[in-house]
Amino acid sequence: MSRLKILALLPLAAALSGCNYIVLAPAGDIAAQQRDLVIISTVLMLLIVVPVMALTVLFAWRYRQSNTSARYEPDWDHSTKLELVIWSAPLLIIVCLGALTWMGTHLLDPYRNIGRIHAERAVDQSKAPLDVDVVALDWKWLFIYPDYGIATVNELAAPVDRPINFHITASSVMNSFYIPALAGQIYAMPGMETSLHAVINHAGTYRGFSANYSGAGFSGMHFNFHGLDDKGFDAWVAQAKSAGGSLGRAEYLQLEKPSENEPVRRWGTVDADLYRLILNMCVETGKMCQSEMMAIDAKGGNGHEGLNNTLPLSYDKYARRGTVLGPEPVFVAGTCTPEAPQGQTTASIKAPLDTAPLTGAGLKRPTFAPLKSSSFFIGQRPKSDS
Amino acid sequence: MSPDLLKFIFGRLGIDSLPFHEPILVGTFVMVALGGVTLLAGLTYFRLWGYLWREWFTTVDHKRIGIMYMILGIVMLLRGFADALMMRAQQALAFNGSEGFLPAHHYDQVFTAHGVIMIFFVAMPLVTGLMNYVVPLQIGARDVSFPFLNNFSFWMTVGGAVLVMASLFIGEFARTGWLAYPPLSNIGYSPDVGVDYYIWALQVAGVGTTLSGINLICTIVKLRCPGMTMMRMPVFTWTSLCTNILIVASFPVLTVVLALLSLDRYVGTNFFTNDFGGSPMMYVNLIWIWGHPEVYILVLPAFGIFSEVTSTFSGKRLFGYTSMVYATVVITILSYLVWLHHFFTMGSGASVNSFFGITTMIISIPTGAKMFNWLFTMYRGRIRYELPMMWTIAFMLTFVIGGMTGVLLAVPPADFVLHNSLFLIAHFHNVIIGGVVFGAFAGINYWFPKAFGFKLDPFWGKMSFWFWVTGFYMAFMPLYVLGLMGVTRRLRVFDDPSLQIWFVIAAIGAGLVFLGILSMLMQFAVSFLKREQLKDVTGDPWDARTLEWATSSPPPDYNFAFTPVVHDNDAWWDMKKRGYQRPLMGFKSIHMPRSTGTGIILAGFATAMGFGLIWYMWWLAALSFVAMLAVGIGHTFNYHRDFDIPADDVIRTEDSRTKLLAGAK
Repeated sequence: MSRLKILALLPLAAALSGCNYIVLAPAGDIAAQQRDLVIISTVLMLLIVVPVMALTVLFAWRYRQSNTSARYEPDWDHSTKLELVIWSAPLLIIVCLGALTWMGTHLLDPYRNIGRIHAERAVDQSKAPLDVDVVALDWKWLFIYPDYGIATVNELAAPVDRPINFHITASSVMNSFYIPALAGQIYAMPGMETSLHAVINHAGTYRGFSANYSGAGFSGMHFNFHGLDDKGFDAWVAQAKSAGGSLGRAEYLQLEKPSENEPVRRWGTVDADLYRLILNMCVETGKMCQSEMMAIDAKGGNGHEGLNNTLPLSYDKYARRGTVLGPEPVFVAGTCTPEAPQGQTTASIKAPLDTAPLTGAGLKRPTFAPLKSSSFFIGQRPKSDS
Repeated sequence: MSPDLLKFIFGRLGIDSLPFHEPILVGTFVMVALGGVTLLAGLTYFRLWGYLWREWFTTVDHKRIGIMYMILGIVMLLRGFADALMMRAQQALAFNGSEGFLPAHHYDQVFTAHGVIMIFFVAMPLVTGLMNYVVPLQIGARDVSFPFLNNFSFWMTVGGAVLVMASLFIGEFARTGWLAYPPLSNIGYSPDVGVDYYIWALQVAGVGTTLSGINLICTIVKLRCPGMTMMRMPVFTWTSLCTNILIVASFPVLTVVLALLSLDRYVGTNFFTNDFGGSPMMYVNLIWIWGHPEVYILVLPAFGIFSEVTSTFSGKRLFGYTSMVYATVVITILSYLVWLHHFFTMGSGASVNSFFGITTMIISIPTGAKMFNWLFTMYRGRIRYELPMMWTIAFMLTFVIGGMTGVLLAVPPADFVLHNSLFLIAHFHNVIIGGVVFGAFAGINYWFPKAFGFKLDPFWGKMSFWFWVTGFYMAFMPLYVLGLMGVTRRLRVFDDPSLQIWFVIAAIGAGLVFLGILSMLMQFAVSFLKREQLKDVTGDPWDARTLEWATSSPPPDYNFAFTPVVHDNDAWWDMKKRGYQRPLMGFKSIHMPRSTGTGIILAGFATAMGFGLIWYMWWLAALSFVAMLAVGIGHTFNYHRDFDIPADDVIRTEDSRTKLLAGAK
């Protein structure tokens, strides 16, 4: 009996256990507006859900078999008036909700620059927003502050009431960048960039994490987000600066290797070009950047020669290793490097089947210059530039 | 033996592929092996193999195939639910520095397998089984259009299930989540056999589902009895028609997207890789173009069941039949225009997001209309609270909550804060359990006496009902709460101790559902033992309205001695009202399809081919493929595909029913 009583008390205990309904009580203006939409939509829908549930219970009770005093009309199966009501009542609610959705989706589009700090204060356009580059790694978060030249792992900070522009990408698989207190989530995907514009209104320490399963270390992929006053933020930046260390391409390639439950790490200086290289998947030397690839493609591609030159383009870290029936990766290493214009010295290199991370690291990165030199495009179709 | 030869024979299958290091799996294997050996020994001892082979495995009778689908669904429910219990236990324990009892390698397989099994091998077989059993009876047909194909479809579904089950003990299952998004599911990040098991299980089962869809569409379009115009079809038949249209239109997309993924994995193409212009987002789009209609594939037949049940147990014509039909058709069409709402957060623009958000909301209009139609069917009715009706009321109260949270998630800014959270998990379990599972249970309790000639025991049925309903609410309401606290899905360990209480409540809820499942098994056992008491000889135990109740329970092989002629909706009700007299003479011989073992043999080879491809045993894959072709072509030379039930047999069957009916009065 007493055990049953404890069971009955469980929900109560749960409700009292100091829960933090962060989605319903966020600390950032964007999340607050999203919360408002959640509540307004719910109330709108309750307008119809509550009567339906009440009627279900009422009819289920009133027209039970044992209640012979209730009317029984076995052949009554149509009423135009009722049909009008049951189609138009949900329709009206959806019209309202649809209008709300259209406006809300555009106003709260994560790509849109925010227009206000909070309900009573507009953004001061003369002040620059805080830029943060976010990279989801296996399984930790890298934050780069291009304006300050610092970088951190698994710790993020921003001054209160200053708009933040996040640029988000990932190194290997999909993740989702989510700080419930600040703003809704957006996916972090390799080779692609998403954005998020937000602002934090109250100082405090909030939780951020990946909201999209990304493999074994996913559970440990969370970080603290500190909303700080201006002084506190400067101190935080200074702390990172004083941590020393430099995050360059080589250090990044070490860092991006899978690891779980990473502690906070800080770097006082960071390669200014690193984020662009990560986004374009060419941090490893010898890889062609996506932007370069796209530029070549925009010019009509490299023709048949381009087909063979796949190694500088391959990125998926372990991709070829398990592909049993596919061709080995081929590459024409020598056609374009100034050191070996004929490619004789390197043509005999056979790409190893086990292309664990750093395959191709020994190769020189193709310079971007050939784009302009028409002699590079041996197989290019004659093409007018108009 | 040389390693090369070993590698040729076994591919990448080795001793280390067997999970001896996982005590949970070894224990499970011992249990399964003991149970399996006992079962096989029992079958052999009682000499049931011949009976099973002749009467069940090779049958082309839609009723027996329907029953086998249901058995498959219930067996796989036990497996899928075991996964659910493990997840709930893990999440309730892994607090305060505890790692719980499942390492990531195992836990990630568990939640993937749970999703895959529950959708493909529980919900789909239950829904397909009910459609298979009921639809031909409801339209007054003697079988489906392509009876052999029906048998083949069933065994392909079993083949898929066998592959998923094999992954438990040979190798491992995918660790990617149930939709296996690349790049995670691509060879670079999932080099093991898990994703290959996933791909080939779904491909093999998918063939079965697609063919069964074609079969049922043909059946409904071509085999309706005289007088049954489209607008006189029972609502369950209507929803089945729409569901099968959805299947035929959407499953090929799944087949293609999985084929592209397997090309990426096997031959090094770059459809969904990060490099070489591959686009993982393309996979996400394609899989949801199948995935969203799939939701309606499951729930539409459930809506049909609720329509039949409400009308029967309210003793009343269905309110707004026409608007019910149009609502179903509208849902069918709209279900293709909403897939993007599964990934609003992938960075589509605001206009795209709002378009898909609003189309999603529009679906709630016909769905709401259906809800009102059931409501006004009850209005001025005489509601009998038998088990099917209890499940229906539970559905109506539960589903509106799930529908409401669903529309909420369709508002993109709301989705940004709730996507992938436990709120989402609570939402889709709310609609799938509250809609599909409750619907399947209503259907099982409703049509069981038709299939077996006795009702299901109400006491254990009610136990099951109350355990399921309370268990469901206890298991999933806490997840809504956790979602509002910003807790995301698929986490294995937690560091915020204040969350634990909610996971404990959810785990207790799962325990109650477990009791509900046990009660249901108990219900089957008790009903079988008390079958004389629960016997129904009339063929119409519920005073029902549609044609399946016009014939005996269980129906004879040929369903109807004379093809019925229909004059109104609710054909059987109409016949009863007009004082229909069952014909007692003039029986003729009946032309029927003949059983064949080709279906099970073909599916066996398909499964072997899948296994070969998973483990890189190329000889096995090639051999099975050739064998499949050979058996398939060989079957085209089988000219003994039909036979006639002699008039004498028909007379004997019908006479015995006449005697039974006389005895009942």
